[in-house]
Amino acid sequence: MSALLKRSCSHNMLAAIIMLIFICFCVHFQNTAGQFFSSGHTNNWAVLVCTSRFWFNYRHVANTLSVYRSVKRLGIPDSHIVLMLADDMACNHRNPKPATVFSHRNMELNVYGDDVEVDYRGYEVTVENFLRVLTGRLPPSTPRSKRLLSDDRSNILIYLTGHGGNGFLKFQDSEEISNVELADAFEQMWQKRRYNELLFIIDTCQGASMYERFYSPNIMALASSQVGEDSLSHQPDLAIGVHLMDRYTFYLLEFLEDIHPASKSNMNDLFKVCPKSQCVSTPGHRTDLFLRDPGSVLITDFFGSVRKVEITMEAIHLTDPILHPMSEEVQEKTYSYVDQLPVSEIIHQKPKQKDWHPPDGFILGLWTLILLVFFKTYGIKHLKHIF
Amino acid sequence: MAAYVNRCSNLLVFIFILSVFLFVDSQQTTPVNEQHTNTADNPQPAAESATQTAEEGRWEATEVDEAALGDSAADKLGVRASDTFVLTPTPQPKDDFQEELVIRPLHSGDIYASFQFRTLWETDFMRENKVSHYRLFPKSLGQVISKFSVRELHISFTQGYWRTMQWGQPFLPSPPGAELWVWFQDSVTDVDAAWKELTNVLSGIFCASLNFIDSTNTVQPSASFKPLGIVNETDHRFLRYATLPREIVCTENLTPWKKLLPCGSKAGLAVLLKSEKLFHSSFFSQTVHIRPVCQDRECKTTSWELRQTLNVVFDLHTSGQGKREWSLFKMFSRTLTEACPLASSSKIYIDVTDNPQEEYFELSPATPLLSQAVVLGDRRTFSVYDLTQQVTFGTVRSLNLLIRWKSTEGDMLRPLLHAERYVAGYGLQTGEIHTVMYNNHPFRSFPVLLLDSVPWYLRLYIHTLTVTSKGKDNTPSYIHYQPSKDRMRPHLLEMLVQLPPHSVTEVTVQFERALLKWTEYTPDPNHGFYVGSSVISALVPSSVAMDTNITQEQPLFSSFFPCKEESSYFVRVYTEPLLVNLPTPDFSMPYNVICLTCTVVAVGYGSLYNLLTRSFQIEEPNPRLAKKIANFIRRIRGVPLLS
Repeated sequence: MSALLKRSCSHNMLAAIIMLIFICFCVHFQNTAGQFFSSGHTNNWAVLVCTSRFWFNYRHVANTLSVYRSVKRLGIPDSHIVLMLADDMACNHRNPKPATVFSHRNMELNVYGDDVEVDYRGYEVTVENFLRVLTGRLPPSTPRSKRLLSDDRSNILIYLTGHGGNGFLKFQDSEEISNVELADAFEQMWQKRRYNELLFIIDTCQGASMYERFYSPNIMALASSQVGEDSLSHQPDLAIGVHLMDRYTFYLLEFLEDIHPASKSNMNDLFKVCPKSQCVSTPGHRTDLFLRDPGSVLITDFFGSVRKVEITMEAIHLTDPILHPMSEEVQEKTYSYVDQLPVSEIIHQKPKQKDWHPPDGFILGLWTLILLVFFKTYGIKHLKHIF
Repeated sequence: MAAYVNRCSNLLVFIFILSVFLFVDSQQTTPVNEQHTNTADNPQPAAESATQTAEEGRWEATEVDEAALGDSAADKLGVRASDTFVLTPTPQPKDDFQEELVIRPLHSGDIYASFQFRTLWETDFMRENKVSHYRLFPKSLGQVISKFSVRELHISFTQGYWRTMQWGQPFLPSPPGAELWVWFQDSVTDVDAAWKELTNVLSGIFCASLNFIDSTNTVQPSASFKPLGIVNETDHRFLRYATLPREIVCTENLTPWKKLLPCGSKAGLAVLLKSEKLFHSSFFSQTVHIRPVCQDRECKTTSWELRQTLNVVFDLHTSGQGKREWSLFKMFSRTLTEACPLASSSKIYIDVTDNPQEEYFELSPATPLLSQAVVLGDRRTFSVYDLTQQVTFGTVRSLNLLIRWKSTEGDMLRPLLHAERYVAGYGLQTGEIHTVMYNNHPFRSFPVLLLDSVPWYLRLYIHTLTVTSKGKDNTPSYIHYQPSKDRMRPHLLEMLVQLPPHSVTEVTVQFERALLKWTEYTPDPNHGFYVGSSVISALVPSSVAMDTNITQEQPLFSSFFPCKEESSYFVRVYTEPLLVNLPTPDFSMPYNVICLTCTVVAVGYGSLYNLLTRSFQIEEPNPRLAKKIANFIRRIRGVPLLS
């Protein structure tokens, strides 16, 4: 009996321990799940802009496309990426390997891919369009793929690259955006509740000058170089004949290639990308507007994507399948194909009369009437007084 | 549940038996068809009948073969329809998908590959209740059709220029850049607004800059473009036409195009569409054509046809490494393993007309199936590979067609019509546009309709318009000219000209280049400004009788332009786009002017202002301390002071 009791007791103990472990696991699981959702955003967007035209700026297109590749690999769908490329490098006639853009020497990594979707390209990449995309003030007929449809729960990654100077970034070599304009655009976005948190990365000369004027909350900014410094290019390729990438983005891509959707790297790791020994310039960052500690912000908060999942306990009843009333009405009209070049019809086609003109007989009659009335009134004998 | 499974398995067994029966049936009918050919149906000229006698066993007549295939396809479709009927109680509107690839070896050693995909759907987008269930037809385009009340939509994206003289006529012509023309339904009240919105939507669908289409590059041709689908009446107010000659065509345009296919790029012929290879070519063109077509011979009901074509010319020297040898793998870096499972027919045609006895090139694997079709006024012979038959793939389960040239000589049939265009003149003020049209037919003249749409910043002097053939004036029988309005609309010139036999007809018109406003210049104005291709529509005399019955089962590539008469065929030829330099200001000039003005103001006006406002005084120099003290002492002493 005692043995039996003891056995049951041990059973109980075992059950209790298992229960305890299970509860611990559950708590742990909930914690991790809580961490997962703690960043407070429900969707991710990316605006990736290359502002340089002409073949020798190949590297800027490659920069943008490498970031595009990374965010797409980490889960942001094409519908949430607004990609702006100011020139076509992939199908440029100078490109020895058409439909490719390489980021590494010896053509190792094709960042253009086989399913790229460029939303704004060529002449469409202007300061006006960029600011309109950010602030959402686009014409009503703009398609969805060209809009930034973010909300106050969106984390937005904005990446810019091009030629710049102290306080400005050139677009297409013909116009420029200043750091004040950019800061005001972000403020407008904040006031319109278009973002939750915003990560701004710029790879250009004197890049740090572009984020100096930011004043809206929840913005973290990175730049490839300090004021007074140039950003330098990397990876010259003899076959393509130009530099393939800029140093900062090259090392950024190298860093991002190791990130996977579950990785725990945080923003402090991102700040360490491309030290001065590699970049030659000094990358800068600004976190004073950002409310959270950069150490707690995962890379995937901006480069990855979360999908909003809502679990419902209620059963949903699907409606009956839509019936297709097969319209059996027989049309009496017989259609036919038309002649593609009906010569006789074209020759006898009357030119369109644009404006109505009174018929000639009417005008003739009117003049006759006027003359008649005149002669009736004055008669022939008075004619000498008139002339 | 068990009963259901049972029934399903029964059905499967039934389909299996049926397919086996069909297969055996087709195997058996083939020789019968052959005999038919040899006895009754013998339209071949002497050379070809020689071939026939030489290779008796492999000839097969087109019509009979096509009809048989059509029957079997219909059978399968019937099976599928009944299948779906069992599973879902409501009958679905019938739709059908066909794919084919035509390969034509060109004598220059280049190779022309043309993909044709056709989705037919027996539905009506214009009904009151919305079409909501899509199967094969892409939903994005279906919604566009019903929202904007589009009757016909033709869009093409092309990179490179089709060299008619070297390559002959393409199956479907397209101008360099992007071209869009749309017929709206006559229920549309504001056509311009619908057109503007439609271009925006299409630019989103195809990742293209079609939103640059506005009133300055849109025209309403009065005669050049007729509906290609079925209609009751045509009113040209509902037509809009625009080209963007500078449009870049690259992978981002191909990606959404591939997504419109029912199988995507996952199966069927579309697996060959790899952008690295397709864009490494001399010519690339992708098009989408939507139009209503007849359902049957009576043509009382319409169905919607979506035709997607992709044409590519591979260059011998850039991609073939100079060896005159082509294979599917070499062209597309892929081989075929299956047909698209949703396709009712999936075929590869290889043009072997110039190669009846394999003296120019040889094909491997060889195919016993031959087919004939009348294409662009010429009867062509094709070797056919049917991808729905497992036999085609052989034992290795993949098809890699190989074309190996044996000799390099051989000349091509010269195209009867081709055209070119260039800008003459010097300087940046005036110029002259020359359009040259060649009629290479030895004894027949034929009419052509020329359409020119010139941007407003080239001011055409229409009084200088001359049309000459063989050194004499050639008066056009129809001229439609719409002058441009600055920043509003382009010039539109349409002319119907009769081209005399074996002649060169030249159309010249002078123009003046306008000065643009500063902000109207593109970011790279020194590149020049493009003028879109001229469109030449012609009725070219045909050497063989054309097939006027469009509803008959034909290969897709030969059945696009509806043909009304047997003696001639309709063809459209595009000229080169023009690149014109406009007088371009020095864009750094305003900056220079500002700098210079500021300097002048600062130096000139500043000094003048200084002169006028300053009061001048003689300043007493301050004497030294020693001198001061000395003078103080001298003043006390009463001695004259030191100066």
